[in-house]
Amino acid sequence: MTRLAALIVRETTLAWGRGGGPLVALGFYAGVATFLPLAIGPQHDRLAAIATGAAWVALALASLLSLERMFERDYEDGALDLLLLSPVPLELTCLVKCAGQWLATGAPLALGAPVAAIALGASPALAPLIFACALLGGIAFAFIGGIGAALSLGARRGGLLTAVIVLPLFVPPVIFGGGALANFAAGLPWTGGMAFLGAYAAAAVAFGPLAMAAACRNALS
Amino acid sequence: MRAPKNLPKTLDDRLITQLSIRDAAVRRGGRLLFEGVYLELAAGEACALTGPNGSGKTSLLRAVAGLVRLEAGDVGFGGVDPADARGDLHLLGHADGLKASRTAREELTFWTRWGGGNDDALREAADTLELVPLLDLEVRRLSAGQRRRLAIARMLAAPRPLWLLDEPLSPLDARWRVAVGVLMQRHLDRGGLILAAVHDPLPAATRSLELVA
Repeated sequence: MTRLAALIVRETTLAWGRGGGPLVALGFYAGVATFLPLAIGPQHDRLAAIATGAAWVALALASLLSLERMFERDYEDGALDLLLLSPVPLELTCLVKCAGQWLATGAPLALGAPVAAIALGASPALAPLIFACALLGGIAFAFIGGIGAALSLGARRGGLLTAVIVLPLFVPPVIFGGGALANFAAGLPWTGGMAFLGAYAAAAVAFGPLAMAAACRNALS
Repeated sequence: MRAPKNLPKTLDDRLITQLSIRDAAVRRGGRLLFEGVYLELAAGEACALTGPNGSGKTSLLRAVAGLVRLEAGDVGFGGVDPADARGDLHLLGHADGLKASRTAREELTFWTRWGGGNDDALREAADTLELVPLLDLEVRRLSAGQRRRLAIARMLAAPRPLWLLDEPLSPLDARWRVAVGVLMQRHLDRGGLILAAVHDPLPAATRSLELVA
């Protein structure tokens, strides 16, 4: 337990500083959210119709930002070797790394998501649900993103490769979360989408570390 | 170097008591680095691994640590499951895994905890390697030799029987080469095992193994 506690502290502080950490992710997020009215036009009803969807897609993109260095830095400087030389299974190590990533970027972004959606014209009544979706979705993004980050270890321009690997896997949470939000706004049943989002996040937490560990071992040997 | 006072006299709870490499071969990038390598190492023994650049010294060390797959042969730890043995050995190499942006204290604390050491051992190790005045510096501010001492302190703070060292003395000055030699001898006296890739004679070596390119 002391090992894992030490690791989560290390991973969170490293992710906090990685590529500017949550501030850069939030800045990017705010940037994308401000771009939309510029491109679509400032008509309120038009923007309000897409506000939650746009906030949600921007969130998926912003969570890509700091994924690149999640494993790569440890791989390059030898820390990944030493993390392997431990009684802790590599799968658990990967799980903790993703949890650190989520704490440092996913959670701050989830705080920003309702703000962005409301700024674009979504009803403030949606805010709690947007926050909940962003928290759950952020877990899925961090754990799926970790797979991409581990798979692109050792590749040049690994960040770009990570994005290409990961974006298709971001599709289900974007659909489920966006669907739940749209249904809630329209007064329709929304719990189904939310349940699917939760299930996808749970599956990502369960299976993501297996894939990440396999990819890390492969990159090292 | 100051003489350590409270370091445990023996390596308690150890798993690894011997190392045996049988008929090992490693292939990297389609090229056979070496084959037919044999080595038996018992508790208290050290082996100097020599050979020209590119002969596979680092790869052999990484293969023993289980980080590189063997093309042929096997590595045994006296009946210990290799997966368990991984948590019972230290690897010290050029890539030391120390993060330039963190302080020496943060790094030493994390790796001590990760390696299973406690705070007393940490203080003792920092004191032994005269790192105490450097602990609040960022790792990027340390010289190559100071950085290596930090990596060595990390090994002392979390006692494990098998040390795999990849040119451990190269960035150290004359005084610290002697001092680290003393630390290595002390590790052997406690029943530790050392396999070290070196170009210069190892201060504490009892055996040697040469890889031919």
